[in-house]
Amino acid sequence: MARMTESNSSDEQPPSMELDAETEVPTEAAVAANGAQLALAEEQIVDIGETVGNVRCEDPYVVAENVNVFYGDNHAIKDVTLEISKKEVIALIGPSGCGKSTFLRCLNRMNDSIETARVSGDISLGGQDIYSKEFDPVALRARVGMVFQKPNPFPKSIYDNVAYGPRIHGLANDRAELDEIVHNSLERAGLLKEVKDRMDEPGTGLSGGQQQRLCIARTIAVNPEVILMDEPCSALDPIATARIEDLMDELSEDYAIVIVTHSMQQAARVSGRVAYFHLGLLVEVDETDKIFTNPQHKLTEDYITGRIG
Amino acid sequence: MNESRNTLQKVEAGLPGRRRRETMFKLAGLLATTVGIVFLGVFFADLIAKGSSAFVQTQVRLDVEFDAQVIAPGGEMDIAYADFDGLVRASLRGVFPDVSGRNERRELYRLVSVGAGYQLRDMIVADPNLLGTTQAIWVPAASTVDMYVKGNIDASLDESLRPLSDAQIAWVDALRAAGNLQTQFNSALFSNGDSRDPELAGIRGALMGSFYMLIVTVMLAFPIGVAAAIYLEEFAPRNRWSDLIEVNINNLAAVPSIVFGLLGLAVFINWVALPRSAPLVGGLVLSLLTLPVIIIASRAAIKAVPPSIREAALGLGASQMQVVFHHVLPLALPGMLTGTIIGMSRALGESAPLLMIGMVAFIVDVPGGFSDPATALPVQIYLWADSPERAFAERTSAAIIVLLGFLLVMNLAAVIIRKRMERKW
Repeated sequence: MARMTESNSSDEQPPSMELDAETEVPTEAAVAANGAQLALAEEQIVDIGETVGNVRCEDPYVVAENVNVFYGDNHAIKDVTLEISKKEVIALIGPSGCGKSTFLRCLNRMNDSIETARVSGDISLGGQDIYSKEFDPVALRARVGMVFQKPNPFPKSIYDNVAYGPRIHGLANDRAELDEIVHNSLERAGLLKEVKDRMDEPGTGLSGGQQQRLCIARTIAVNPEVILMDEPCSALDPIATARIEDLMDELSEDYAIVIVTHSMQQAARVSGRVAYFHLGLLVEVDETDKIFTNPQHKLTEDYITGRIG
Repeated sequence: MNESRNTLQKVEAGLPGRRRRETMFKLAGLLATTVGIVFLGVFFADLIAKGSSAFVQTQVRLDVEFDAQVIAPGGEMDIAYADFDGLVRASLRGVFPDVSGRNERRELYRLVSVGAGYQLRDMIVADPNLLGTTQAIWVPAASTVDMYVKGNIDASLDESLRPLSDAQIAWVDALRAAGNLQTQFNSALFSNGDSRDPELAGIRGALMGSFYMLIVTVMLAFPIGVAAAIYLEEFAPRNRWSDLIEVNINNLAAVPSIVFGLLGLAVFINWVALPRSAPLVGGLVLSLLTLPVIIIASRAAIKAVPPSIREAALGLGASQMQVVFHHVLPLALPGMLTGTIIGMSRALGESAPLLMIGMVAFIVDVPGGFSDPATALPVQIYLWADSPERAFAERTSAAIIVLLGFLLVMNLAAVIIRKRMERKW
């Protein structure tokens, strides 16, 4: 692990990757914590060692083996191995720039659009290598949907927002089927009641929380197997957040959900397992209860107790 | 405590200076804006003062007898041999029976435009039943008469210093007193092509030439420009080559337009052997000229589409092509159209490259197609501004007003499109 001697600042992510909501004024405590973090980073860096906890799971569906990601010369993800099963909610947590979003975006190859990004290692979905030449990212993204940090409905009507995915993939044979898909998706996203009388109005006219639920409806309209959520609630108020969290709970019955979050309370509420990332390394993976009550790794403990991040 | 009071004092000490600088800056900006507006106002006022009189034209009423003896000497009408000018002269002699002598009569005939004879011919061709009847018709007065009536010729000057003689002025005054001479809307300005005679000269030929040229330009430059912008923004790999292309597109936008004219002359006329003076070649040259503008504007419009929309579509499994055509293009289209219209209005006002490809010729016929010889509105303005006749001066201003009107309409369209189609996201 000699390569880990690089300083904290060189581990920056490309600007588009982590639009962090951390704009709070640094308080004395935060400054102290930050100092502690630096000290920790220096002293612990050598002995982060292997991922502690259990990266394997029963009946794995998404399997990442020794994944490395580079942005140009920046080594953003280092040798991460993680299994995700078909019906669980796994939360990826960690301080800003730790690579959790990058890892998330590897799972549906959204990093392909970043030219300097390079991914090595194996990621498979249901046994198929998603980075092999034969695997079309278009097909992959139909199976691995994504919900983004900022609600991003298309500037189209609510109906067209949800119908877009089924349309481009040809999932509906006629208008009635499409209507049904849109209807069901909105219902599952808990939005139908609010929008059923204004399906022709622009999706961008909804409130932030409604927009995010519209984005979730849009994602599940394609009927994916895995849903990736990149800080889906960071732009929402607590009430909208609570609704999205309830929704995740319901959706986890049918889909594997991988959620990146900065809120440890959220991770504790919604996830079954938690993976803690630090400086591009996967430090610890375990059951949520275990992580929050009895973390094995010192860095994890520091993070969840508020001494890092 | 002491320290904070110190800060306050320092801040307050600096405040007057800051306020003064702000006031000065505001004043300077106001001054600059005012100067600009004043210049623009002077320009427009001058243009309208000089050009507005060209929209009316002095007409003379003549009782013309369509004499069968003159038009159809053998009973059969033969347009080629009929002496329509003779009819005009005869009716002028009828108005002023006292005028005798060869020179005096010639002066009398010069009161009426040479176009009067053609007007009679067109009437009789349209309606042969006029043969043998006498009709009261309005024919255009000569441009000198028109200038006198509009007050541009000073009758108090010595006779040798003005284009109208004392006798001619007396006749004009007599015609005016009898109500047989008045100014009417100058329809010839909009229905005729160019002419050596100012009273017959119109901008229709130039307008049609500009119209055909812009059609060619928009048909070529818009699709090529948008396609190039989409390719460069969305599909092209970022490497040294694409950087080189980008730099060169920006350079092309700054190339003087006459250079594009030379290129058109060398390539389209000399090498491809397309017809000279044709709107087709003009359009090709102008599309080369506007392409960089459209590409730059379109790329800016594509860049302005938020990446979150792209990500949303990609995340749903849309292919790159679907992302572009379903999401990026609709959002970028207003910007692209605005850029295109700005480019088109630049093309409409361009004259230098057209000089190089022969569109500066004196062309009387209104062009009927893309390969007919034609000229363009700005070139017509250039040609008229070069003419010595007084009456062409006001026509030059009138043509400028028309050109500016079109540019104004186009820019307005650009603004309206931008406001209408702009969507919030």
